[in-house]
Parts: sequence; structure tokens; C-alpha cells
Amino acid sequence: MATTTKTTPPALPVPFTTSTTPLTLITQGAEAHLYRTTFLTPTTPAALKIRPPKPWRHPVLDRRLTRQRVLAEARVLAKCAREGVAVPGVLGLSWEEGWVAMEWVEGRSVKEAVRGRDVGDEEGLRGLMRRVGGAVGRLHAVGVVHGDLTTSNMMLRPVGDGGEKGEAGGLEGEIVLIDFGLAGQTVQEEDRAVDLYVLERAFGSTHPREEGMFGEVLEGYMEAFKGSKGTLRRLEDVRMRGRKKSMIG
Amino acid sequence: MASVETVTLPHLPDSPIQLSLFKNVQNSAFLRQQLLEGNSDFEYAFLDASILISRNQILAACFRAITDSLNNRLKSRNVHSEIVFDLSPNNNIAESFRRFGIQDTSSNVVAVKVLRNPNQSVAEHLRQNVQGEPVPLTDEALAEVKDDARLRKIYRLDQPKKGETAALGKEAETFIIGSMALKGS
Repeated sequence: MATTTKTTPPALPVPFTTSTTPLTLITQGAEAHLYRTTFLTPTTPAALKIRPPKPWRHPVLDRRLTRQRVLAEARVLAKCAREGVAVPGVLGLSWEEGWVAMEWVEGRSVKEAVRGRDVGDEEGLRGLMRRVGGAVGRLHAVGVVHGDLTTSNMMLRPVGDGGEKGEAGGLEGEIVLIDFGLAGQTVQEEDRAVDLYVLERAFGSTHPREEGMFGEVLEGYMEAFKGSKGTLRRLEDVRMRGRKKSMIG
Repeated sequence: MASVETVTLPHLPDSPIQLSLFKNVQNSAFLRQQLLEGNSDFEYAFLDASILISRNQILAACFRAITDSLNNRLKSRNVHSEIVFDLSPNNNIAESFRRFGIQDTSSNVVAVKVLRNPNQSVAEHLRQNVQGEPVPLTDEALAEVKDDARLRKIYRLDQPKKGETAALGKEAETFIIGSMALKGS
């Protein structure tokens, strides 16, 4: 993060150009900028994900890709909301201007929670890992793969209204998956296995000391998803060969 | 008096809206007729309150209608008819008016007005022309008059399972607002 090149965030689309509501840039990826703001009411915090136009692409292609990606993400979120999987709900979107407003998820990421935890609390970590697996299992059970499962794309939302335990750095809370920018709807075992494999690899490199705990994630996964057996069998294959099945590209 | 509420949506400082809920409205047919005739004194979105789950649902429709208006891509005649249309999860304009707009038999009505300037107020005009009991537009007041079965049908929500309460909660609101946002895609 120690970059010295200063880049100004791109121009905002209408209506945010004339907004008097604060928009705070939280993070930026290759495709989109994420702002924290409010939406619908001044007391409803929201995450606003804006996909600015890419000037290096042909304008027609750019519009089409932006539209497809905004809609793919929103459709997956809507599907999850309908099926009762814990994800941020869609509050508004425009595929023409390339933005989605989503419910703000309180709490911190699983990555921060694991790093900042009380090292003595092994049971707490074990429980957390199971809930992570459960969240992924419920997602897969409704026919969705996330595409970029990492511990920073999972939030640990305090349960109840800001109980004292949750904020003190405990590992309690509900897992809410975020950032569905690479998600897809699928029925293929392979896709689910790759989803788990990506998480396994990301987990191992982000939390090397906790790597041995990944078995708990798979335990939680098995409890939450009936078809887990086939996926886990396929995961063995994916581990042997890596993420890419085809040898092209 | 206090029943007409002025709201400024986040990010839309130049388009304040006024909202009000009237119960036991007696002259719905007259109000609907004014809309059909295009009476320019009645530039409102009159919504049937039975298919409204929450204030946020109304505000989401207003946000989309106003931004689509700013971007010159209204699908219907004006911003007020667009608010009615934007409540619908599909693209059928006539159907959306039938389902979400005021009907001759509507007894609970939400009036929405997009103001042209912040000093304008339609409180007096509504008081004179809507024969009904003005009540504060709260989620609780909407919950009293909403028709869960119709909401489920229109937004294609699952029927309640045995043992579940038939009433729709926060998850349903999230899904409804999501369906509205994805409409037309």
C-alpha cells in the first residue's frame, strides 16, 4: 500500500456528481472503486461500487462489459437474498452509469478478526472456521460460486445490536460474504471445487500459522451443503492439478 | 398538517420530495380521474398503500425515477408516473399502474410529489383535495394496511411454509428492493 503515485479518483456518474452527501473512498480494485456513503435515507449506510469507464476500451465494448458485470453481480446478490444466504442486499443500481449501491455490512473482515484474535482462544477460532465453511456451503447450495473467496471478502457481522462481546475483538458474529464481482451461477461440481481450492490457497498464504485449521472450514461446509461429498472429492483432483482445468490460457 | 413530510434523498439535494399517507380515502375515483385526464394540478404519484412494504421501498422507486429523469431516460410520461412504474418488478407500464397506482377502490393512499424547488409545498393542495385521514408515513403505519399475500404474488416471493408467520419481514424488503433495482435489465 506504500504507493507514492497519487491518482485522483475518476469522475463520478450522475447523480453523484452533484451530491452533497459524503462519499468516502474505501478501496479500489482493478475494475471498480468502493465508496462508503448513505443511500435512501441519511441514516442508512451503504457501499457504493462504481465501475468507471475504461478509456482504453472501445466505448461500445466498454459499455457492454460494464453492463454485464454490474448486472451479473447484482443478480447473484438478489438471488442470494431470495434464498436466505447472508449477503449485502442491493439498494439501487444503474448499469448505464455502472454503479451498484449495497447495504453496508457492519463489523470487520474475517482476515482482521483472525489476525487480531486472542491466540489462546483456539475453540473460538475453530468455531469461526466452521461458520466460514457453513457460509460457503449455503452459497454453493443455492447454485452460486463466489469466484474470489478470501478471508478479506468475508465480514464478521456482530449479532444483535452491537453487543459488548462482538466489538472487543472476539470471534463471534455472523459470516457475510461480500464482493461478488467475480461470482457466477453454476451447477458444476468443478466450479464449486475450484471455489474451495481458491479459498484454501488464499487462506494458507494469508494465515500461514492457522493453515492447519482449514479442515474445520471443510467440516462446516459439509454440514451446510448436502452435495458437499462430490465437491470435496473433486477438490482432491483440483489440488493435484491446480485451478485451471483446460490447458489453454 | 404534520402528515405531509418533506424528504431529501441522499445524493439528490435538488429534488426534494413530499410524502404523505392517507387512510380511509373516500374520493379515490376522483383522484384517479385527475391523473387519467392529465390535470396539471395533480402531478402526483398516488400509490395504493396495500402493496407497500416499507418507506425504503417507496424511496428506492423515487431515487430511480428521479435519476432516470436526470439522465433523460424515463420510460413513462413523467417522473411521477415513473415512480409508480419503478415499484414494479417488470416492464409492463399499464400493469404497474393497475397494481401500484391508486384504484377507484383504494382506501389507503400514499401521495408522492417531486418538488421543483425547496420552497414549494403541496400540503395545502392535498388537504383540500384528498378526502381521507392523514397519518404519518411510518413503516408501522404501512404494515397495518399492507396486503402480504398480494405482495408475495407480485414480487414472486415464496409462500410461507408451515409454522412460519405469513407476515413479510426485513429479508422480504431487501429482496423487493433488489427486484425493483434489477427491473428492465
